[in-house]
Amino acid sequence: MTDPGSPVVSMRIVDRRSDPPGRGAVNRERFVRRFKDEIKRAADDEFRRRSITDVGKGGRISIPGRGLQEPFLHHDEETGSRDFVLPGNREYLPGDTIPRPRGGGRGGPEGDEPGEGESRDSFAFVLSREEFLALFFDDLELPNLERTHFGEVTLERLRRAGYSRSGVPQSLAPAMTVRMSIARRIALRGAIAEQIEELERALENADPAARAAIHDRIDRLRRRRDGLPFIEDVDRRYRAHAPMPSPATRAAMLCLMDVSGSMDERKKDLAKRFFTLLYLFLERKYGEVDVVFIRHTETAEEVDEQTFFHDTLSGGTLVHPALELAHQVIQSRYASESWNVYVAQASDGDCGADDGARSAAYVNDVLLPRLRYFAYVDIPHINGLFNRPSDLWQSYGAIASPAFARRQVHGRGDIWPVFRELFARKADA
Amino acid sequence: MTTRRKAPGDTAETRERPWPKLLTRPSLPLPAAREGRAAEPIATGSEWTTGALEKFDAALARHAQRLGLSIYPIQYEVITADQMLDLISTVGMPVHYPHWAFGKHLVAQERTYRKGQSGLAYEIVINTNPALVYLMETNTLALQVLVMAHAAYGHNAFFKNNYLFQQFTQADSILDYLKFARDYVMQCEQTYGWREVEKVLDCCHTLAPYGVDRYRKPGRLSARRERERLAERLRFAERHFNPDFAHLNSRSDETDRQTPAFEPQENILYFIEKHAPRLAPWQRELVRIVRKVSQYFYPQRLTKVANEGAATFWHYTLLHELYDAGEVDDGFMLEWLSNHTDVVTQPPFDSKAYRGINPYALGFAIYRDIRRICEAPTDEDREWFPEIAGRPWPETIHFAMANFKDESLIEQYLSPKVMRDMRLFLLHDGPDDKDSYEVRAIHNEQGYLRLRQALAAQYRAETHVPQIEVARAGDDTERALLLHHRVLDGRLLDSDGVDAVLAHVKELWGFDVVLEEVDASGSRLKVHRV
Repeated sequence: MTDPGSPVVSMRIVDRRSDPPGRGAVNRERFVRRFKDEIKRAADDEFRRRSITDVGKGGRISIPGRGLQEPFLHHDEETGSRDFVLPGNREYLPGDTIPRPRGGGRGGPEGDEPGEGESRDSFAFVLSREEFLALFFDDLELPNLERTHFGEVTLERLRRAGYSRSGVPQSLAPAMTVRMSIARRIALRGAIAEQIEELERALENADPAARAAIHDRIDRLRRRRDGLPFIEDVDRRYRAHAPMPSPATRAAMLCLMDVSGSMDERKKDLAKRFFTLLYLFLERKYGEVDVVFIRHTETAEEVDEQTFFHDTLSGGTLVHPALELAHQVIQSRYASESWNVYVAQASDGDCGADDGARSAAYVNDVLLPRLRYFAYVDIPHINGLFNRPSDLWQSYGAIASPAFARRQVHGRGDIWPVFRELFARKADA
Repeated sequence: MTTRRKAPGDTAETRERPWPKLLTRPSLPLPAAREGRAAEPIATGSEWTTGALEKFDAALARHAQRLGLSIYPIQYEVITADQMLDLISTVGMPVHYPHWAFGKHLVAQERTYRKGQSGLAYEIVINTNPALVYLMETNTLALQVLVMAHAAYGHNAFFKNNYLFQQFTQADSILDYLKFARDYVMQCEQTYGWREVEKVLDCCHTLAPYGVDRYRKPGRLSARRERERLAERLRFAERHFNPDFAHLNSRSDETDRQTPAFEPQENILYFIEKHAPRLAPWQRELVRIVRKVSQYFYPQRLTKVANEGAATFWHYTLLHELYDAGEVDDGFMLEWLSNHTDVVTQPPFDSKAYRGINPYALGFAIYRDIRRICEAPTDEDREWFPEIAGRPWPETIHFAMANFKDESLIEQYLSPKVMRDMRLFLLHDGPDDKDSYEVRAIHNEQGYLRLRQALAAQYRAETHVPQIEVARAGDDTERALLLHHRVLDGRLLDSDGVDAVLAHVKELWGFDVVLEEVDASGSRLKVHRV
């Protein structure tokens, strides 16, 4: 064995904790890529269940377990004979029989893979936020959103801008004022002291007649030095404010959707995707995003998200009341300048011609002046019967404001291009 | 395997405290303070420092040397839990070519770990020279020392001395080779697209158990030589490539390659690499990489019980040596013993926790019993193991570690006592009675030998990996590849698995693939075809 004369085996300790991560991510990405279809299906289900505001988070995903195992050759347990040894015998004697457990026998050294403890039917794991978003936007080919500029709102906001000599009493800066006063007094005392010294030197070789005058001046200077005022007008400093442009950081997003009978699940799903995209976009842009859901048939009401997407109503379609309700909401809650208000409307566009015209006028005259942007997404019927442009689509054609846009969406693949078109246009302007 | 934190009691106090009433005094006397017994434990508490680890390693090295352990130099690497997850996903190798199966393993591990369902395997050691031993930063001091004793001394000694590892793997060059493999795979992905590369790797992985020379010692691995070989092959191809004759050349190549007399080949991947008619050179190279990696892991598949048993035996022994020398305190012992117990638990067959025979439990029991037979043999032991009863135990253990794989270790050393302790019994699953198993042997005088043989056979590679070989290929089979499954005990292949695997083989071979199941007398039982 070890040569007794040899030195103790060499050893070293290496700290790898700060090494960059990498390999895991590479293989993980390959796994997601490989089972993209399955994972996407699972992510889609997840997406349907989630609320708009939660889509941007990662989460647990479960995909069917079939096909995940790399195939390998193994014996069919139903054929042939085999012997196997088990531990933990309690009462059995040679010759006893044990009923065979259902689902094939187990035993032997095979099949002991710890950590792989997943059922055969499904395989669950956790997707990160980035992976989830990548899958969500996979059909949408999401580019880098953060760089786009559109509808940039600037507010004039007063910012602190140093100190000034003039101002109103309530913006007096006492600490700064006292500091100025100390400086002034130090400076003046020094100057006076110099004069006094000079006079005292003059005093020594002055003739007696002049002495009295010099003494008098020295006394006056000393009095002045001792009586320097604590605060003078020149000391006063005020906090200065200058108006600075600053982007508004809050956004309100009003989702308007037609929930009449003609809006089926497919259309709602497309609408939801569009709303989600807008939400994610606004969320990255603004610190705080309020979402308001307004659904309408012939009447309009504000509802929660669950009802908005999943509750079905029947009835005809009137757009105008929904727009009025949106206006009310804006007036009551988002009237302040600090809110960037966006309206996204999704509909299949079935409405009466006069309702369409009224709505278009209302959008143009009442809503748009208060809005950052109004986006209308028209989701036509999938079959060819109603291939002519919808009424609302035609009516909205009359609006010619840069803050208004309308687009048609036919399928999931359309959503991202439409979204980009809607919002990229302003970047050029 | 979970890591648990326990605050070890203050030692000075423990020593003076009277024996607790509720605990009986141990029947064995506590180890007497030997000469050279340390006055103070090396370190106490659960926090570890690099300095403490160095001191513990020195202590372990001293005891190991005294007990005659021969090991490779050690490199401990301190890593985070995330890095441990990464490592586990790539079968413990710090470098590996990228593949989705590793990613799948990773996400599965990650989820159970984050949910707290399972702790992380806290020891990974790699058969390299120097041996790489990973220490996770979240381990307590006692756990770190446990891992050091287990991996850096136990596994390391096994890797260095066991005949299979000596013959089949090259500890010096594996990391270099894997680096080469990773770079090559990534380069292929760039050149030929990841889909193509993934397809080839998937196909090879299904055949990985058949990429092994089981009896012949493989040539030495060398990343440098591999690169040179590749470059040479390319240079040759460039020099001799003539587009006008390329077609002709490839045809004459194929006809030249046929050998008149065909010998059955056990290494299917090797055969495919050399003879598959349609593979491009880079695809052959990928086949070769999978084959080499599989070859590297081949001994590990044969020595699960022997290897884990040896490592567990040595951590148990070395840590007790530390305790006897006064170098660790009671809290330290209690903490690692709790982990040790979790690892060597063998749930009975009818328990929910039963996952087959625990290789740690079986191996540890065998080695520990070898030591017992050496130190305190009974009459039974003298009868069963006349050659080791009463001999010095370290030498006997070293011999058992160096010269056996699972199958032969069990056949040689599984003692009646271990069979009794584990209450082993033998079941027979016959073809005529499909509703029940028959108990053939239990742990009694009549059953010992039979149990031992059956358990040894259970660890034979053929028992769980069906024996497949290339029977014929070439002109007389119209380019089809003919595979044979040597059927043992009438056990046929699962047809779902066969279909999936054959589809992959066909992908590599490019022409028809036929798999015949043949019994010992040579008659065909079943034919699969794609």
